[in-house]
Amino acid sequence: MTSRTFIRAGLAALLMAPLAFAQTISVSGAGGTFIYPLASKWFHEYNVLHPNIQINYQSIGSGGGIRQFSVERTVDFGETDGPMNDQQLGEAKIKPIMHLPLALGGVVPIYNLSVHGLRFSGETLANIYLGKVVMWDDAAIAKDNPGVKLPAEPINIVHRADGSGTTYTWVDFLSKVSPDFHKKIGVGTSVTWPVGLGGKGNEGVAGLVRQTPGAIGYVELIYALQNKIAYAPVKNTAGEYVNASLETVSAAAATAQIPADYRVSITNPPGKGAYPISTFTWILASPALPDQTKKKAIHDFLVWALTKGQSYSKDLGYAPLPKKLVDRELKDVAKLQ
Amino acid sequence: MDLPTTEKPGSRSPGPVAPPKAPTHAMPPLSLSARVPDADAPPPVPEEPRRPLATRFPKRSSGRTADLIFRLATGACAAAVAGLIVVAIVFMVRGSIPAFKDHGLGAILSPEWDPTNQKYGALTFLFGTAYTSLIGMMIALPLGVLTAVALVEILPHSLSKVISLAVELLAAIPSVLLGLWGIFTLVPLVRSFEVSIYKSPLGLKNIPIFSGSPMGVGFLAAGLLLAIMALPFILSVTREVLLQVPVSQREAAYALGATRWQAIYNYILPYSWKGIFGAGLLGLARVLGETMAVTMVIGNTPQIKASLFASGYTLASVIANEFTEAPSILAISALISLGLILLVVSILLNAAARLMLIYLGRGSSSPREAK
Amino acid sequence: MNRGHVYRKILGRIMEGVCLVAAVIAVLPLFTFLWHLFAQGFSSLSFSMFTQLPMPPGELGGGMKNAILGSVLVVGLATVVGIPVGIGAAIFMTEFAGPTIASALRFACDVLSGIPSIVMGLLAYQIVVVPMHHFSAVSGSVALAFIMLPVVVITTQEMLYLVPHSLREAGHALGIPTWRIASSIILRAAAPGVLTGMILSVSRIAGETAPMLFTAFGNPYLSLDPKSPISTLPHMIFNYAISPYDDWHRLAWGGALLLVLGILGATLLSRFILWWHQRSLNT
Repeated sequence: MTSRTFIRAGLAALLMAPLAFAQTISVSGAGGTFIYPLASKWFHEYNVLHPNIQINYQSIGSGGGIRQFSVERTVDFGETDGPMNDQQLGEAKIKPIMHLPLALGGVVPIYNLSVHGLRFSGETLANIYLGKVVMWDDAAIAKDNPGVKLPAEPINIVHRADGSGTTYTWVDFLSKVSPDFHKKIGVGTSVTWPVGLGGKGNEGVAGLVRQTPGAIGYVELIYALQNKIAYAPVKNTAGEYVNASLETVSAAAATAQIPADYRVSITNPPGKGAYPISTFTWILASPALPDQTKKKAIHDFLVWALTKGQSYSKDLGYAPLPKKLVDRELKDVAKLQ
Repeated sequence: MDLPTTEKPGSRSPGPVAPPKAPTHAMPPLSLSARVPDADAPPPVPEEPRRPLATRFPKRSSGRTADLIFRLATGACAAAVAGLIVVAIVFMVRGSIPAFKDHGLGAILSPEWDPTNQKYGALTFLFGTAYTSLIGMMIALPLGVLTAVALVEILPHSLSKVISLAVELLAAIPSVLLGLWGIFTLVPLVRSFEVSIYKSPLGLKNIPIFSGSPMGVGFLAAGLLLAIMALPFILSVTREVLLQVPVSQREAAYALGATRWQAIYNYILPYSWKGIFGAGLLGLARVLGETMAVTMVIGNTPQIKASLFASGYTLASVIANEFTEAPSILAISALISLGLILLVVSILLNAAARLMLIYLGRGSSSPREAK
Repeated sequence: MNRGHVYRKILGRIMEGVCLVAAVIAVLPLFTFLWHLFAQGFSSLSFSMFTQLPMPPGELGGGMKNAILGSVLVVGLATVVGIPVGIGAAIFMTEFAGPTIASALRFACDVLSGIPSIVMGLLAYQIVVVPMHHFSAVSGSVALAFIMLPVVVITTQEMLYLVPHSLREAGHALGIPTWRIASSIILRAAAPGVLTGMILSVSRIAGETAPMLFTAFGNPYLSLDPKSPISTLPHMIFNYAISPYDDWHRLAWGGALLLVLGILGATLLSRFILWWHQRSLNT
């Protein structure tokens, strides 16, 4: 065979390749990195059960997920841990948008220091991120940690460089405990930080803190666990220093009044044993999605995720949703058929 | 990567010679910048007329249509390539219009960047781009010129070929891989350096450019990576410029009793300064738009700080990090307007550099750039 | 010898020493980079890197099969467009264009090659992703084609220019149509150089990451559909490098080694082709 024939055959094969994938239903979504470890485990397992359904989730930050789904319409579903506000819902190009909680998680402060076992109160964290507390041996940190020998080193602050629901949860909590923080920085998926390095995604923050001695950052619990980074308990409204865990995060959700559209903040909740920086994380889906096959695929996946999928949450450090909430949600999920 | 340039034999210096005794008779003054034809340069390749032979169609009846089609097809390809610049400018301007309509050019010069709250000031990124490029060029330009001098004037031919190959291979390495190496190898080194300055008993940490917490990531690390990326360009262009210095210049220098270094410093380098300047511009154009390696080591903090230890943000990095999750169409347009700034600056710098090199007579035999 | 001469000589030797030190410093980055690359990447180069898909974060194992094949597809599509157009433009520049147009085109190519790759990515985003309403492999290929075009044109043009004019004259003397002269005689004579240019342009775009961030976008599954998002090797290396997972770091080095072997291999191969061609011409 001449080289020309080879080339022609190769081109033909290349052009035919897409046909081989015709039966695959390919759903795309974008959203936060908070849920990414659990979500990718779910999509992986779901794909094993249903090989023809491929759910491609890009964790680009909650802000991006909101935009790609509601405005740009480049993806079939979104995901966020900072719920859309009314203005964003009004500007959406697809309506109605449902927020459906997928899991409960906690945002933990992580640090890279020779000393371990540190604990923080909300005010201290707020002052660190405001740039008011700059050294590790500051009086504020010493107050939270009596008897601990703190090194005289500068604090290297790490925050998110991208639009993030994790940031939303973090600043939501800090704004509640520090009026100064609320005034100067405020709440949102992306805020203007006075100081600090920016990491891309939860992974970026975890990576930076891991590699930078004297650093402090904030990530979803699983990122601290998986990478064996020291994380600290935070003082809650009852005055206890509580570590993020299944029980404490679930306790935070237990007292919350969850409205019909599921958008609620559960940071700094009342009650003992509750972790103060907890949050739901929501999938953004719409019954108005034009492609029926994809909508059905999303519906089927959600039914699985809210029932069988919840068994994977625990191992990855997320709290499973309360049963009553799941029953309520499944009724709304049915609207996606 | 360098194209196979034809190195002119006989352009190497004959080596240091013992200075001659003072001349006993008056010699006519030699103009140092005279472009005297070289006696031992090889005979020039016969200048072929560049007028293409295909300007007139053949008078045969057959082949005329095919020729026409071929000419049109290749002409279309050429038009496409040339048109690409126009297309690039048009689309980038079009994409930036919503941003300009919203907040105008002036707002771009504000230091506050917060798209979620409708603030689109790009001053911190302009500073970061300029500062890291400056650090990179301040390291790469002297290093590149001195290395080129070593390769052309001092080292034996075989060794200089190996070294220039080694440096040119550096240009072939993708930026993301240099960033990978930067994160795991360079940044810890930079951090130990910064820590040693921070802990220095001389109080060095109080000097403004060394102030701040030693993190490793930041302007210094980014500047070093940019220097590594600019070096191959500066080196290869400077090498070619030095090779083009006519032998008569060197002979004149040695005839007047110069040492090898004096010949280099007083005769050869001044002769080539325009080419070296062009090389510097090319290197600068290369590093201004550099994205991946810088994004991985700069710390992503939009701030203006003079310290080398500080973290920062560049135009290209903010586009890379924030484009996919910008909160609004307006924010996307603002990011595209940052890209427009990059486009315009790179076109101007490249055009200026090329014109400078063409003016020198080097024409278009320029080294090829990597990303 | 007077004192002034001794001073000049010593100063000269010192400065030459400085130049030599500069030369040593200049080669250090390449060697340190290659050293670390081989040290870290060699252990992770394994069969599974080519055969397995990536695992969810935190789980061990997994490979880069989708990214490797994705890169092949995206680069391949870009090449299919970029090389013919580039060679066509170069042929026009050398065979048909007058000196002003030819130098203007060359100037345009030089300027084009200096445009940052992220700007080309923004361009492809506006031209392809926005009308299509989603990310796709083809938009990534468009961005890469934009980047590779000036490289192909410049190298091909230089190679064609080196072909002696007498070949063209001989062709015309024999009555061969111009298009035939250009394709069968000139291009064939310059073939090794043109091939070199092709190899170099491919190796140039194989490592591009910045445009992929918002064109090809990435995909955890194996996908060869040009209209869907796709994962490419440099993009995956980037994501793994900035992550906190050690296992992902290991894979990133492995992927980096693979990429570098490919690129350096292509560069050295192209130099070898030229050297061999030069040698066969001289014998």
